[in-house]
Amino acid sequence: VAVRGCGGVWRRTWQRGSGGRDPTPRRQLAVACNARGGAVPAGKSGLAPWVPVVGLEIHAQISSNSKLFSGSQVQFAAPPNSLVSFFDASLPGTLPVLNRRCVEAAVMTGLALNCSINKKSLFDRKHYFYADLPAGYQITQQRVPIAVNGSLSYSLCIDNKMSQMVTKTVRIKQIQLEQDSGKSLHDDTRSQTLVDLNRAGVGLMEVVMEPDMCCGEEAAAAVRELQLILQTLGSSQAVMAEGQLRVDANVSVHHPGEPYGVRTEVKNINSIRFLAKAVDYEIQRQIEELENGGTILNETRAFDSKLGCTVPMRDKEGKQDYRFMPEPNLPPLILYDAKSLPANMNHQQVVNIDWIHERLPDLPSVKRAKLVEQYGILPEHSFTLLNEDGLAEFFENVVKQTQMKPKKVIGWIINDLLSHLKQHSLTVKESPVSSFLLADLLNLLVKTDISSTAAKQVLAELWKGEGKTPLEIVKEKKLGLIQDQEELEQICQAVIDRQENEVIMMVLG
Amino acid sequence: AALRGEWMRFQVSAALKEGHVTPTELCQRCLSLIKSTKFLNAYITVAEESALKQAEESAERYRRGQPLGVLDGIPIAVKDNFNTAGIETTCASNMLKGYISPYNATVVQKLLDRGAVLVGKTNLDEFAMGSGSTDGVFGPVRNPWSYSRQYKEKSVPKSHSEDEESNWVITGGSSGGSAAAVSSFTCFAALGSDTGGSTRNPAAHCGVVGLKPTYGLISRHGLIPLVNSMDVPGILTRCVDDAAAVLGSLAGHDPKDSTTIQDNFKPFELPNLTDVSKLSIGIPKEYHAPGLSSEILALWSKAAELFKNAGAKVIEVSLPHTRYSIVCYHVLCTAEVASNMARFDGLEYGHRSDMNKSTESMYAATRREGFNDVVRGRILSGNYFLLKQNYEKYFVKAQKVRRLIANDFAKVFGSGVDILLTPTTLSDAAPYMEFIKEDNRTRSAQDDILTQAANMAGLPAINVPTALSERGLPVGLQFIGRSFQEKQLLTVAKWFEKQVKFPMIQLEEVKRHDHCVFQHQKSASFS
Repeated sequence: VAVRGCGGVWRRTWQRGSGGRDPTPRRQLAVACNARGGAVPAGKSGLAPWVPVVGLEIHAQISSNSKLFSGSQVQFAAPPNSLVSFFDASLPGTLPVLNRRCVEAAVMTGLALNCSINKKSLFDRKHYFYADLPAGYQITQQRVPIAVNGSLSYSLCIDNKMSQMVTKTVRIKQIQLEQDSGKSLHDDTRSQTLVDLNRAGVGLMEVVMEPDMCCGEEAAAAVRELQLILQTLGSSQAVMAEGQLRVDANVSVHHPGEPYGVRTEVKNINSIRFLAKAVDYEIQRQIEELENGGTILNETRAFDSKLGCTVPMRDKEGKQDYRFMPEPNLPPLILYDAKSLPANMNHQQVVNIDWIHERLPDLPSVKRAKLVEQYGILPEHSFTLLNEDGLAEFFENVVKQTQMKPKKVIGWIINDLLSHLKQHSLTVKESPVSSFLLADLLNLLVKTDISSTAAKQVLAELWKGEGKTPLEIVKEKKLGLIQDQEELEQICQAVIDRQENEVIMMVLG
Repeated sequence: AALRGEWMRFQVSAALKEGHVTPTELCQRCLSLIKSTKFLNAYITVAEESALKQAEESAERYRRGQPLGVLDGIPIAVKDNFNTAGIETTCASNMLKGYISPYNATVVQKLLDRGAVLVGKTNLDEFAMGSGSTDGVFGPVRNPWSYSRQYKEKSVPKSHSEDEESNWVITGGSSGGSAAAVSSFTCFAALGSDTGGSTRNPAAHCGVVGLKPTYGLISRHGLIPLVNSMDVPGILTRCVDDAAAVLGSLAGHDPKDSTTIQDNFKPFELPNLTDVSKLSIGIPKEYHAPGLSSEILALWSKAAELFKNAGAKVIEVSLPHTRYSIVCYHVLCTAEVASNMARFDGLEYGHRSDMNKSTESMYAATRREGFNDVVRGRILSGNYFLLKQNYEKYFVKAQKVRRLIANDFAKVFGSGVDILLTPTTLSDAAPYMEFIKEDNRTRSAQDDILTQAANMAGLPAINVPTALSERGLPVGLQFIGRSFQEKQLLTVAKWFEKQVKFPMIQLEEVKRHDHCVFQHQKSASFS
């Protein structure tokens, strides 16, 4: 059982640290968590406690048919360099042409994150030499990004008690549109670098979250909520394992009342679980470094998921000066709303913010509230339903097809269906038991044709996916409850008859 | 042969239409003239095979009576910084020597789609950085007028042996190859590029029409950039009508270039202006720049008189910020150059050094071997201006000054002035030996001084060949118009062209080649 919530994390990390993998066993360190505002444990030898500060920079790949500035297709795991246009390879004389779909995705995301959308935003060039950046610069939005000043609310449990959930808010500084880079593949044995430009030029939304978080668990919860929002909007598939969502964490610690400490940037985090680990490790490392009289360098560190620690990255030697300048080949990006939309404008050529706003789907928070209200389930169950892709729909389908109360159905969904799926690493869509079959089974239970124990046995049979209906299984395995009074009496009589001595003893007392 | 005398009176495209000459004949004449004027070094690549094939296809269209328009069968040349599919595009640089682009620049495609015959790619300063067409890896371009009867008669060689080698004059640049090609009759029209005057300057020195259209009117897609925010494809022809015809086939929105105008462009034919009394011609006093030769000053005044005498209103105007144009350009140009040149790293295309110690050392060696000193110098200063600590001080300031320069023009045009009349260059073309005494940077700063501001403001401007200097070399004047008012600009230019009757170049090579086709002014045009 994982220990959750800020307070507990430190103990847990410490325990894990002393478990053997970590070369230097760590002492438990005093930590204050500003967000919880609870009692603050004193630091070593009576020093002031530490306040960790965590900010995030998240790159979400835009889900679009073609790239941000070229017509090449966007597709994961295509043969190397098969999705590269002349522009993507930076052939001389080629020019960027902005993809409208990418702009709409960014506007949608900005609106969902309560941002103000800039009606005029600008593109800039950010220069650095790297093999997977063919033009020698990335087109991004440094000066005036498409969306600014938003917020994201997310919830997390305290001390792993599902019943104790708190909702927090992180400010969104900005969302900017920019190009993804290609991929460099280093072949160490032949000491060569191979470049795949399939990803070069794919549209990214960089979401910058202010340093409003204070531990790995909060960072993880915020990213998970963002991921759900992006997936709901369809603006990004946001699958971390496929690099569609990449998270860099800025971490620092300071004493209460003092300015923020020197921060490090942790990269190379490729799952939400590792995000929590990486952030907590880095906080602990910094505290220990400082308590031992050391200093924190403003550096980039990589998370090593095997060792569970962060290590300095050596790729950027010296200070980088990106020599930003305006992208001269793209005019300012102008967006309209109902008020500013010129009457004679071709609707195919403009992006109307209000039009997009009206068509936003229900966001996860709204969906959860609706589930709680409509079905009377617990709020924490609504989180579970939305956290698994397709589970909420599955639940609703079962509810529709059964007489069982939703409050009871949710137990079967979470305790039986979900745990079984997890055990076998299956997604909801891959479930061998359809919502129809589960509803069928639950109906037998409601009509008290079978007992709860028997229902579990039937479910176990259903997992085999042999195409039998619950009723067939009940009959085959003779799991039905006997409803006939006479038959029941006969069975009882038979039992009594076989145990004559015991019956006499009982009668005699 | 009987037809020869007759078709002299016709313009070439009419001659093609009526079958007096075939596209193939025309193409062959140009190709052989390219060979006999090879010493001009106007061309980097001659596309003989594909040109003849295109000419043959054009001939077939004429045979069927379905030519594609006024450009069908017309031999043209393209500056070697425009991408041409299947034909080398070098930018006169080691970096792109041997580089064959997989696509056509939009302007090239448009010309080909209208049946034009691409005879070759013309010489330039490396990556169009220069004002002499002397700084390319394929050597300097020689001004055809160096070999004209007019120049030879007037220049007095110190000694006979020195004559040919030391007296030849430069074409100006950076589109010197295109200007020389048009001037020496090896093609009827050529594309140049114009960032600070690179089309108008060589046009003035070579005695041809050089049009820099409004920024955004013609697609830059496929033009290898110098300064994206100022580059415009330029048009070089032997008369204003031809420039209008080429403009008509190139202008308009290109979905591949987001900086082009959204509206469709309507091609136009130029009217013969008879009454200029409604015109208001502005004479910007700041163009009376230090170093302006007395000859050109006199010519400029004469031209103003010409308009005045014809009834036009001629007024002196002021463009006070023009004098900051060059220094401002220096910052903006080098900054964009530093950025645009970043892609030449030897990985995807172009030159790659054998140095393989590390990726970084490969980059460094590739760029050192691939670029000349001029390009490397501009990259260096551009990167300096873009450093975080310098950005506000230089780049932002230069952008603000650019706005002031543009505002100056807007005020003058807002006050009722229709067209500005200025010199194009400070003097006639310098002998090569003189020209190379100064470095590229000094030369560019001097030579762009009268042309540069139009690029800052994005305005259309045209060089019209006006007269011969005392040395027998061409001198041109520049007209600057309002944004997207090309028709008005060209109409006035055409009227002026008709008044000044600029003389034909008299070249031995051309005479030897064809008495009829090229000697007559009219037959030298196609529209």
